[in-house]
Parts: sequence; structure tokens; C-alpha cells
Amino acid sequence: MPDHDQPGTAESRPTETGPSGATEAPHGDAAATSVTGATIRLENLTKHYPGAPLPAVDGVTMDINAGELVVLVGPSGCGKSTCLRMINRLIEPTSGRISIDGEDVTDIDPVGLRRKIGYAIQASGLFPHMTVAENIAQVPRMVGWSKKKVKNRVEEMLDLVGLDPREFHSRYPRQLSGGQQQRVGVARALAADPPVLLMDEPFGAVDPITRDHLQDELIRLQRELHKTIVFVTHDFDEAIKLGDRIAVLREQSHIAQFDTPEAILTNPADDFVSGFVGAGAALKRLNLTRVRDVEIADFDTVRVDDPLQDIFDKLRSGDANELLLLDQQNRPYKWLRRGDLSRVKGSLARAGTLIHDHVTRDATLRDALEAVLTDSSGRVAVTGRRGEYIGVVDMETLLNSVHEMLEADRLAAMEHRHSLEADRARRTRAAQEGTFTTSGEAS
Amino acid sequence: MNFWEYLGSRYQQVLVDTYQHASVVFQCMVIATVLGVAIGVLTYRRQWAGNLAITTTASILTIPSLALIGLLIPLVGLGVAPTVLALVLYGLLPVVRNAVVGLRGVDPALVDAAKGIGMSRTARLFKVELPLAWPPILTGIRVATQMLMGIAAIAAFASGPGLGNLIFRGISSLGSANALNQVLAGTLGIVILALLFDAAYVLIGRLTISRGIRA
Repeated sequence: MPDHDQPGTAESRPTETGPSGATEAPHGDAAATSVTGATIRLENLTKHYPGAPLPAVDGVTMDINAGELVVLVGPSGCGKSTCLRMINRLIEPTSGRISIDGEDVTDIDPVGLRRKIGYAIQASGLFPHMTVAENIAQVPRMVGWSKKKVKNRVEEMLDLVGLDPREFHSRYPRQLSGGQQQRVGVARALAADPPVLLMDEPFGAVDPITRDHLQDELIRLQRELHKTIVFVTHDFDEAIKLGDRIAVLREQSHIAQFDTPEAILTNPADDFVSGFVGAGAALKRLNLTRVRDVEIADFDTVRVDDPLQDIFDKLRSGDANELLLLDQQNRPYKWLRRGDLSRVKGSLARAGTLIHDHVTRDATLRDALEAVLTDSSGRVAVTGRRGEYIGVVDMETLLNSVHEMLEADRLAAMEHRHSLEADRARRTRAAQEGTFTTSGEAS
Repeated sequence: MNFWEYLGSRYQQVLVDTYQHASVVFQCMVIATVLGVAIGVLTYRRQWAGNLAITTTASILTIPSLALIGLLIPLVGLGVAPTVLALVLYGLLPVVRNAVVGLRGVDPALVDAAKGIGMSRTARLFKVELPLAWPPILTGIRVATQMLMGIAAIAAFASGPGLGNLIFRGISSLGSANALNQVLAGTLGIVILALLFDAAYVLIGRLTISRGIRA
């Protein structure tokens, strides 16, 4: 009997720290620390290029919590990149302050500052004349780590971003695919374990499928590392998928709304934001919830190397009409139905329906729904990191969770509106009493 | 006396001249490379400075070599000094131009990335910009060397070292028994040296250009 008591792990959440022991494990053993991020505070940050009539970034004030992934999203030319590049002072602000972890960094040496801030850009920015390992080793070497420590760190980082160190260690960037380059770019940014990571449209130059994978990887990384990440994109769907909070920027980086993705989708602050959210907010809402957040059910499985007779017996006697057939590596392979039995004739080769699509626990409900809709059995297999079977999700579960989710959103939006109204009333009162103070934008 | 008999009897003199020719070109190229790359590094960031450097070195190259050496004699005297000075000046243009163009051609995104991960200006130059600009710079050095091979022959006019002495001696004694042989030996020597240097550059390229950017 193959035993698989894994579905329970679906509930184990980010807090599962501690190295998993075996160092060969592809991921997970790296830097299994709790929140390693730092708070970032931008205070009235302004960039005015000489000769330009208007500032490119006009008085941005923003508080970013430690361990939070904040996405700056807005139309091209709204100054979101400028805003990001002022945090590591690649662009010197005209006025305003930046503090990281409470320390004012507006006037300290920018080179030292940048070594403490990871930086990943579009098209990876890898140095083409250096090998993957040399690229990753740059920052650790600059901050003076020992040779041995740097070497170990490089392996660790390659593992972390899902590239086999033995295979990729001494390759040159041009020998990698776009997606692989981007992974190395992220590895380089994280190599010296900076508390803050800045990402400037890092996935802008890769194809949609790879981008999807990279986004999933980033979500996984962030669950392991808890860095403070500021991520710039013009793709609102990407923002929703990745952000703990999203800052929607209009021209000159004026913050139109700075809130959780749920709040922005259900309660956009104004027409600009709702225009940016675009149509299909309810569908986009599906992008916000992951398979790990819904109930992953157990399902009867057999393995291809089980004796045929056992499989027959199970199919005949079991209460389900269907069985999930796993391959030798415990990966979902086929759906077997009772009706398929007649066609078996000594081999499983021709029986059952092949499984084309399965999802990981990090996949969004939208991906899961897509898979359920296209799968003949009306359910989708959930797999772990190496593609091994964990459980299944069916249509009914999905529908129920979507309903619950939307209901909760409606309640939250209502509460939000009440608090906004209360806030506005308070401010009006304060203004009338002459003690008006500017407070942050939408909370 | 045919050419081979001439070589047989005078090979020592020819070898000494060849060695001196190679040596003066090599040394001048080292100086021109260091100077040229330095000028390139100092000027490429500013449009006007880079262009000024290229234009200046280009106008030096338009001075006929015989005239330049002739002009240098009253300033620095005869012999090695005017030779080295002239060769370095002529060797600058290809190196400076390729250094400026090469450094300017480095992808700004890479410089941005280098800055962004915390490299100082010096580190950026030595770890990112120069290695990436190295292939065009090396091409410049190669072109300059080829040019200097020929120009170095003129140095004999100022009593400088090298195979030019054979050529000049031959030309001034045209009609005598060995005149033609001398010119031929000098010229052939220069051609062979040029080919050998070129081969050396191919090897240097193999050894110094990262596999990641080799064409």
C-alpha cells in the first residue's frame, strides 16, 4: 500500500523554519531565518531634474514594513522606477529623506548603502564576462567575506533559486535562458543577505510562461526569507499576484492608493485606480488566493508499480469511481475509472486518462480553476516541489472558497468605507477647528 | 651576389636590426596602450572630451611620418628619442579611439547593475567596463602595431634603431651590389615581424578575453 500522508502539510505556513537537515534538498535549507527585512521610510521624497518643468517624483511619503513585499505600479513614465532608484540612491533625491530600519541613509556613502540593498533589474543585468558563480560572488566579495564562505554561499544561492550548482556554476550568462538569467540575477541580489531587495521590472523581459514561474518562485523565496522587497512593475496583474501591499502611482509618483490587493480590487479609491484595475475584478480576485489557502482533499491513489490485482481490487471495492495513478516518482500520471478496467488486459499502458495539468500549492485559484475546467475529471491534482502528489482540489471546494472570499471582501470593504467616512469627518472637524495636519493617503 | 647569399653573409646584422625593430615597436606599443587606455578612461564619460581626444590623435596621424620625425630632431635630438616619441604618438589613435568607443559601448544597464550592487567607480571600471571594452581595445592595439611596424622603418631617418636602416642604406646606395638586397631584407623582415605580432595578438585575445563575451 503506498502511503501518502502529505495533504496535512498544506496547512503548514511560512513559519516553518529550521533547516530541513539534508543539504542536498534543492531548496529550503538556505537562510531559514524569520523576518530578515528592514523597515523603509520615504519622507516627502522628491526628484526634480534640472530643466524639467515638473518634478519627476513629487513628495512621495511611504512607510514600508519589515518583511513586506510592496509593489509600485503605475503607467509608464509615472516615475515609479525613479522612486525605486532613489531608495538605493542610484538617483539622488532633490529633497526628502530615506530611512532604512530607522537609520537615515539620505547622506551616507551610497556605495556602502547599496551593498546592503539587493538590486535586481530587467533582463537580469548579469555581467556577461563573468561566470554565474562570479556574478553571484560579487557582493559577498566586496563586503569582505572569506573565500570559503563566498563559495558556499554561491552554491546555497543557486540552490535557493532552483538551479543545480554543479550544472550552472561555471556557465556564462549567454549560455542561460532568459528565465535562468533572471534567477541568477535574483541570486546575485540576495547573495550578501541584504535586508532590503529592490526589483525594477525584473520579469519584464521574459515570456509569459517563464514570468509566471518566476513570480511563483519569488513568492516561495519571500515566504522563506521575509525580506523587505520593493517591486516595480507596470503590470497590474503581476502587482496583485506578488504584492502584500500595492501602491498605485499616477504621474509624478503621486500615490493614488496604497493598500492591500484585496482592498484595491474591491474598493478602488478613485477612477484612476479603477481604470488601472481594469475589467474582471472578481476574476482577478482569484489571483489573490493560493491553493494552499483552500482545503486540499485526499484522494485514493495507486502507483504504477503496484500489482495489477491490487489496483483492480481497489477500483472495484473502493467507494470512489476513480483512482489517481501515480508514477514511480509519486507524480500524478493518470485518472483510472471503473470503466477503464475492461481495457486494461494485463497492462496499464492504455487505460485511463492522462493528466495534463496539475498545480502546486503556490498556484493561484485562477490557475486551479483553469485546470479544473479543462480536466475531464473535474478536479485537479496538487503537487509538491518535485512534482510529487499531495492532494486534489475539486470544483465544489473552489466555488465554496470563492464565495467565502467574496463575502469577506464585501464585509471588509464596508468596514473600510465606514472608517474612511469616520476619518473624513474627523479631519473636517479638525480643519474647522484650525488644527488640520496632513496625514497619509488612503490607509 | 643574390639575395640568399647576401642573407647568409649578413644575417647577424639583419637579425640585430630585426630584433631592435621588434623591440622598439613592442615597447612603444606598451607605452601607447597604457597612455591610450588612460586617455580613453579619462575622457569617454564626456562627449566633448572623448571627441577631442579622438580628433587630436587623429590629426597627429595625418602628419607625414618623415615630417614628424624631422620636426622632432631639433627638439629631442637624434636616435632613440625621436623614434619612440613618434611611434607612441602614431600608435595612440587606434587605441584611444577604440578605448573610447569600447567604453561607451558597454551596456548602460550593466553599468547601472554594477552601481546598484554597490561597486565603487574604480571597481566598476576594472571589473566591468574595461573587461567588456577589452576586445575592441585589443583590436585597436593590433591595428596600431601593424601601423607602427611600417612607420618604425622611417625612424632610421633620425638614426633610430630597426630594419629601416637596411632600407635607407639600400636606397642611398642604389646601383651598388647589395642595394636591392638590403631593401628587400628590410622589407621582408618587417612583413614577417608584422605577421608574428599578429599571431601573438590572436593568442593574447584567446587568453585575455572572457569566454562569456568571445565572439
